[in-house]
Amino acid sequence: MSRVIVDVVLKPEISDPQGQAVFGALGRLGHDSITSVRQGKHFVLEVDGTPDEAELKQIAETLLANPVIEDVELHLTTD
Amino acid sequence: MRIGVITFPGSLDDVDAARAVRLAGGEPVALWHADHDLEDVDAVVLPGGFSYGDYLRAGAIAARSPLMRDVVAAAGNGLPVLGICNGFQVLCEAGLLPGALTRNSHLHFRNRDQVLVVERADTAWTTDYAAGQRIVIPVKNGEGRYVAADADLDRLEGEGRVVFRYADGNPNGSSRDIAGVTSENGRVVGLMPHPEHAIEDLTGPSTDGLGFFTSVLKAVVNA
Repeated sequence: MSRVIVDVVLKPEISDPQGQAVFGALGRLGHDSITSVRQGKHFVLEVDGTPDEAELKQIAETLLANPVIEDVELHLTTD
Repeated sequence: MRIGVITFPGSLDDVDAARAVRLAGGEPVALWHADHDLEDVDAVVLPGGFSYGDYLRAGAIAARSPLMRDVVAAAGNGLPVLGICNGFQVLCEAGLLPGALTRNSHLHFRNRDQVLVVERADTAWTTDYAAGQRIVIPVKNGEGRYVAADADLDRLEGEGRVVFRYADGNPNGSSRDIAGVTSENGRVVGLMPHPEHAIEDLTGPSTDGLGFFTSVLKAVVNA
Protein backbone atom coordinates (compact mmCIF):
# COMPACT_ATOMS: atom_id res chain seq x y z
CA MET A 1 0.00 0.00 0.00
CA SER A 2 1.36 3.38 -0.96
CA ARG A 3 0.19 6.74 0.13
CA VAL A 4 0.24 9.75 -2.13
CA ILE A 5 -0.14 13.26 -0.80
CA VAL A 6 -1.40 15.96 -3.15
CA ASP A 7 -1.19 19.59 -2.04
CA VAL A 8 -3.12 22.22 -3.99
CA VAL A 9 -2.69 25.97 -3.50
CA LEU A 10 -3.96 28.97 -5.41
CA LYS A 11 -1.39 30.42 -7.80
CA PRO A 12 0.45 33.39 -6.28
CA GLU A 13 -1.26 35.86 -8.62
CA ILE A 14 -4.77 34.68 -7.65
CA SER A 15 -5.98 36.52 -4.57
CA ASP A 16 -6.98 34.30 -1.65
CA PRO A 17 -9.67 36.01 0.44
CA GLN A 18 -9.97 32.99 2.75
CA GLY A 19 -6.25 33.10 3.54
CA GLN A 20 -6.53 36.84 4.08
CA ALA A 21 -9.42 36.33 6.54
CA VAL A 22 -7.30 33.83 8.50
CA PHE A 23 -4.39 36.27 8.40
CA GLY A 24 -6.66 39.02 9.76
CA ALA A 25 -7.75 36.76 12.65
CA LEU A 26 -4.14 35.94 13.51
CA GLY A 27 -3.37 39.65 13.68
CA ARG A 28 -6.30 40.20 16.05
CA LEU A 29 -4.99 37.36 18.24
CA GLY A 30 -1.65 39.11 18.52
CA HIS A 31 0.40 36.83 16.27
CA ASP A 32 2.26 39.74 14.75
CA SER A 33 5.11 37.61 13.41
CA ILE A 34 2.87 36.01 10.75
CA THR A 35 3.16 38.05 7.57
CA SER A 36 0.95 36.09 5.15
CA VAL A 37 -1.46 33.13 4.97
CA ARG A 38 -2.40 31.16 1.85
CA GLN A 39 -5.07 28.49 2.23
CA GLY A 40 -5.02 25.31 0.16
CA LYS A 41 -6.22 21.72 -0.06
CA HIS A 42 -4.52 18.54 1.06
CA PHE A 43 -5.51 15.16 -0.45
CA VAL A 44 -4.40 11.76 0.82
CA LEU A 45 -4.70 8.99 -1.78
CA GLU A 46 -4.09 5.34 -0.91
CA VAL A 47 -2.89 3.34 -3.88
CA ASP A 48 -2.90 -0.41 -4.45
CA GLY A 49 0.43 -1.74 -5.69
CA THR A 50 3.10 0.49 -7.16
CA PRO A 51 1.83 4.01 -7.84
CA ASP A 52 1.85 5.01 -11.48
CA GLU A 53 3.36 8.47 -11.32
CA ALA A 54 2.07 9.53 -14.71
CA GLU A 55 -1.46 8.52 -13.80
CA LEU A 56 -1.25 10.30 -10.44
CA LYS A 57 0.09 13.43 -12.11
CA GLN A 58 -2.84 13.34 -14.50
CA ILE A 59 -5.32 12.90 -11.63
CA ALA A 60 -3.74 15.79 -9.76
CA GLU A 61 -3.62 18.14 -12.71
CA THR A 62 -7.00 17.38 -14.29
CA LEU A 63 -9.28 16.78 -11.33
CA LEU A 64 -7.76 17.61 -7.95
CA ALA A 65 -6.46 20.98 -9.14
CA ASN A 66 -7.68 23.46 -11.71
CA PRO A 67 -4.52 24.57 -13.53
CA VAL A 68 -6.16 27.89 -14.45
CA ILE A 69 -5.97 29.03 -10.83
CA GLU A 70 -4.08 26.44 -8.80
CA ASP A 71 -0.62 24.90 -8.44
CA VAL A 72 -0.29 21.28 -7.39
CA GLU A 73 2.45 19.20 -5.72
CA LEU A 74 2.66 15.40 -5.44
CA HIS A 75 4.45 13.61 -2.62
CA LEU A 76 4.81 9.81 -2.73
CA THR A 77 5.39 7.91 0.49
CA THR A 78 5.71 4.14 0.77
CA ASP A 79 5.29 2.32 4.06
CA MET B 1 -37.48 23.89 -30.62
CA ARG B 2 -36.29 21.48 -27.94
CA ILE B 3 -34.08 23.05 -25.28
CA GLY B 4 -32.47 20.62 -22.86
CA VAL B 5 -31.99 21.49 -19.19
CA ILE B 6 -29.47 19.29 -17.40
CA THR B 7 -30.06 18.27 -13.80
CA PHE B 8 -27.00 17.39 -11.74
CA PRO B 9 -27.15 16.17 -8.12
CA GLY B 10 -27.56 19.48 -6.30
CA SER B 11 -28.97 21.54 -9.17
CA LEU B 12 -31.56 24.01 -7.87
CA ASP B 13 -32.72 26.18 -10.74
CA ASP B 14 -33.43 23.53 -13.36
CA VAL B 15 -37.20 23.94 -12.94
CA ASP B 16 -36.98 27.72 -13.30
CA ALA B 17 -34.79 27.32 -16.39
CA ALA B 18 -37.31 24.92 -17.94
CA ARG B 19 -40.09 27.38 -17.17
CA ALA B 20 -38.14 30.19 -18.86
CA VAL B 21 -37.71 28.02 -21.96
CA ARG B 22 -41.45 27.36 -22.03
CA LEU B 23 -42.42 31.02 -21.55
CA ALA B 24 -40.08 31.97 -24.39
CA GLY B 25 -41.91 29.54 -26.67
CA GLY B 26 -39.56 26.56 -26.61
CA GLU B 27 -40.08 22.99 -25.44
CA PRO B 28 -38.00 22.21 -22.33
CA VAL B 29 -36.46 18.73 -22.20
CA ALA B 30 -35.25 17.42 -18.84
CA LEU B 31 -31.81 15.79 -19.14
CA TRP B 32 -30.03 13.78 -16.44
CA HIS B 33 -26.28 14.18 -15.93
CA ALA B 34 -25.60 10.44 -15.63
CA ASP B 35 -27.19 9.57 -18.98
CA HIS B 36 -25.27 9.53 -22.22
CA ASP B 37 -28.15 10.98 -24.21
CA LEU B 38 -28.73 14.57 -25.33
CA GLU B 39 -32.10 13.46 -26.80
CA ASP B 40 -31.55 15.43 -30.00
CA VAL B 41 -32.10 18.78 -28.30
CA ASP B 42 -31.38 21.98 -30.25
CA ALA B 43 -29.64 23.72 -27.35
CA VAL B 44 -28.70 23.03 -23.72
CA VAL B 45 -28.98 25.00 -20.48
CA LEU B 46 -26.82 24.16 -17.45
CA PRO B 47 -28.76 25.57 -14.50
CA GLY B 48 -27.73 27.13 -11.23
CA GLY B 49 -27.39 25.38 -7.90
CA PHE B 50 -24.74 23.56 -5.93
CA SER B 51 -23.88 20.42 -7.85
CA TYR B 52 -22.14 17.93 -5.55
CA GLY B 53 -22.35 20.51 -2.77
CA ASP B 54 -19.57 22.56 -4.42
CA TYR B 55 -17.17 19.85 -3.17
CA LEU B 56 -13.61 19.99 -4.55
CA ARG B 57 -14.36 23.20 -6.53
CA ALA B 58 -17.73 24.58 -7.60
CA GLY B 59 -18.77 22.70 -10.75
CA ALA B 60 -15.66 20.49 -10.83
CA ILE B 61 -17.29 17.11 -10.32
CA ALA B 62 -20.35 17.86 -12.46
CA ALA B 63 -18.01 18.88 -15.29
CA ARG B 64 -16.74 15.26 -15.39
CA SER B 65 -20.22 13.68 -15.59
CA PRO B 66 -21.11 11.36 -18.49
CA LEU B 67 -23.52 13.77 -20.16
CA MET B 68 -20.97 16.60 -20.05
CA ARG B 69 -18.72 14.60 -22.36
CA ASP B 70 -21.57 14.65 -24.88
CA VAL B 71 -22.13 18.38 -24.27
CA VAL B 72 -18.45 19.14 -24.94
CA ALA B 73 -18.54 17.12 -28.15
CA ALA B 74 -21.82 18.70 -29.33
CA ALA B 75 -20.59 22.21 -28.47
CA GLY B 76 -17.67 21.51 -30.77
CA ASN B 77 -20.23 21.07 -33.54
CA GLY B 78 -21.97 24.35 -32.70
CA LEU B 79 -24.67 23.29 -30.22
CA PRO B 80 -25.72 26.42 -28.28
CA VAL B 81 -24.96 25.97 -24.57
CA LEU B 82 -25.85 28.38 -21.74
CA GLY B 83 -24.37 28.01 -18.26
CA ILE B 84 -26.00 29.98 -15.48
CA CYS B 85 -24.18 30.43 -12.15
CA ASN B 86 -23.22 26.85 -11.19
CA GLY B 87 -23.71 26.02 -14.88
CA PHE B 88 -21.10 28.68 -15.74
CA GLN B 89 -18.75 27.12 -13.19
CA VAL B 90 -19.32 23.72 -14.82
CA LEU B 91 -18.57 25.12 -18.31
CA CYS B 92 -15.29 26.65 -17.09
CA GLU B 93 -14.31 23.41 -15.34
CA ALA B 94 -15.17 21.44 -18.49
CA GLY B 95 -12.91 23.68 -20.55
CA LEU B 96 -15.73 25.00 -22.75
CA LEU B 97 -15.21 28.52 -21.44
CA PRO B 98 -11.97 30.20 -20.32
CA GLY B 99 -11.12 31.31 -16.78
CA ALA B 100 -12.40 30.13 -13.42
CA LEU B 101 -14.83 31.19 -10.70
CA THR B 102 -13.52 31.53 -7.18
CA ARG B 103 -14.63 32.62 -3.72
CA ASN B 104 -16.13 36.12 -3.65
CA SER B 105 -13.48 38.64 -2.65
CA HIS B 106 -15.53 39.77 0.38
CA LEU B 107 -16.26 36.12 1.37
CA HIS B 108 -20.02 36.77 1.67
CA PHE B 109 -22.79 35.14 -0.31
CA ARG B 110 -24.25 38.02 -2.34
CA ASN B 111 -27.88 37.98 -3.39
CA ARG B 112 -29.36 41.04 -5.09
CA ASP B 113 -30.82 42.49 -8.27
CA GLN B 114 -27.86 43.34 -10.50
CA VAL B 115 -27.38 45.73 -13.38
CA LEU B 116 -25.47 44.22 -16.30
CA VAL B 117 -24.28 45.83 -19.51
CA VAL B 118 -24.66 43.65 -22.58
CA GLU B 119 -21.40 43.88 -24.54
CA ARG B 120 -22.09 41.24 -27.17
CA ALA B 121 -25.53 41.12 -28.79
CA ASP B 122 -24.47 38.64 -31.46
CA THR B 123 -24.01 35.39 -29.51
CA ALA B 124 -26.53 32.55 -29.80
CA TRP B 125 -28.07 33.65 -26.49
CA THR B 126 -28.07 37.46 -26.77
CA THR B 127 -29.39 38.56 -30.18
CA ASP B 128 -32.59 39.91 -28.62
CA TYR B 129 -30.54 42.52 -26.77
CA ALA B 130 -28.70 45.56 -28.08
CA ALA B 131 -24.99 46.09 -27.51
CA GLY B 132 -24.62 48.54 -24.63
CA GLN B 133 -28.09 47.75 -23.25
CA ARG B 134 -28.44 47.73 -19.45
CA ILE B 135 -30.48 44.87 -18.00
CA VAL B 136 -31.42 43.98 -14.41
CA ILE B 137 -31.41 40.34 -13.34
CA PRO B 138 -30.75 38.66 -9.97
CA VAL B 139 -27.29 37.53 -8.92
CA LYS B 140 -26.79 35.04 -6.08
CA ASN B 141 -23.46 33.39 -5.45
CA GLY B 142 -20.66 32.74 -3.00
CA GLU B 143 -18.07 31.68 -5.57
CA GLY B 144 -18.69 34.02 -8.47
CA ARG B 145 -15.43 35.93 -8.73
CA TYR B 146 -14.28 35.51 -12.32
CA VAL B 147 -10.50 35.18 -12.61
CA ALA B 148 -7.94 34.37 -15.25
CA ALA B 149 -4.31 35.29 -15.87
CA ASP B 150 -3.90 38.92 -16.96
CA ALA B 151 -2.61 37.87 -20.37
CA ASP B 152 -5.68 35.66 -20.86
CA LEU B 153 -8.00 38.49 -19.80
CA ASP B 154 -6.30 40.79 -22.32
CA ARG B 155 -6.76 38.18 -25.01
CA LEU B 156 -10.44 37.68 -24.13
CA GLU B 157 -11.07 41.41 -24.21
CA GLY B 158 -9.20 41.67 -27.52
CA GLU B 159 -11.32 38.92 -29.03
CA GLY B 160 -14.55 40.48 -27.73
CA ARG B 161 -15.36 37.43 -25.61
CA VAL B 162 -16.79 39.40 -22.67
CA VAL B 163 -20.58 39.22 -23.11
CA PHE B 164 -21.74 40.88 -19.88
CA ARG B 165 -20.13 43.24 -17.41
CA TYR B 166 -21.39 44.22 -13.96
CA ALA B 167 -22.51 47.84 -13.68
CA ASP B 168 -23.34 49.97 -10.62
CA GLY B 169 -21.21 47.75 -8.38
CA ASN B 170 -19.31 44.49 -8.76
CA PRO B 171 -20.99 41.88 -6.53
CA ASN B 172 -18.08 39.49 -6.09
CA GLY B 173 -14.77 41.07 -7.07
CA SER B 174 -14.69 39.61 -10.58
CA SER B 175 -11.73 40.70 -12.69
CA ARG B 176 -12.58 43.68 -14.88
CA ASP B 177 -16.25 43.48 -13.77
CA ILE B 178 -16.74 40.43 -16.01
CA ALA B 179 -20.14 38.79 -15.44
CA GLY B 180 -20.25 36.51 -18.48
CA VAL B 181 -18.07 35.27 -21.36
CA THR B 182 -18.54 33.34 -24.58
CA SER B 183 -16.72 30.77 -26.68
CA GLU B 184 -14.81 31.77 -29.82
CA ASN B 185 -17.81 30.95 -32.02
CA GLY B 186 -20.35 32.73 -29.78
CA ARG B 187 -22.44 29.57 -29.27
CA VAL B 188 -21.45 28.82 -25.66
CA VAL B 189 -22.23 31.51 -23.09
CA GLY B 190 -21.78 31.46 -19.32
CA LEU B 191 -22.70 34.05 -16.71
CA MET B 192 -23.08 34.18 -12.95
CA PRO B 193 -26.38 36.17 -12.74
CA HIS B 194 -29.69 34.39 -13.29
CA PRO B 195 -31.75 35.37 -16.36
CA GLU B 196 -34.23 32.55 -15.62
CA HIS B 197 -35.27 34.42 -12.44
CA ALA B 198 -36.21 37.56 -14.42
CA ILE B 199 -38.88 36.38 -16.84
CA GLU B 200 -42.14 37.41 -15.15
CA ASP B 201 -43.20 40.58 -13.35
CA LEU B 202 -44.74 38.57 -10.51
CA THR B 203 -41.49 36.93 -9.39
CA GLY B 204 -38.59 38.87 -10.87
CA PRO B 205 -37.16 42.38 -10.72
CA SER B 206 -37.77 42.66 -14.48
CA THR B 207 -38.46 40.48 -17.49
CA ASP B 208 -35.01 41.25 -18.89
CA GLY B 209 -33.93 37.62 -18.66
CA LEU B 210 -36.42 36.30 -21.17
CA GLY B 211 -34.27 37.53 -24.07
CA PHE B 212 -31.72 34.73 -23.51
CA PHE B 213 -34.35 32.11 -24.20
CA THR B 214 -36.01 33.90 -27.14
CA SER B 215 -32.58 34.61 -28.69
CA VAL B 216 -31.55 30.97 -28.77
CA LEU B 217 -34.78 29.92 -30.50
CA LYS B 218 -33.79 32.22 -33.38
CA ALA B 219 -30.19 31.00 -33.29
CA VAL B 220 -31.42 27.44 -33.72
CA VAL B 221 -33.72 28.37 -36.62
CA ASN B 222 -30.92 30.27 -38.35
CA ALA B 223 -28.30 27.59 -37.79
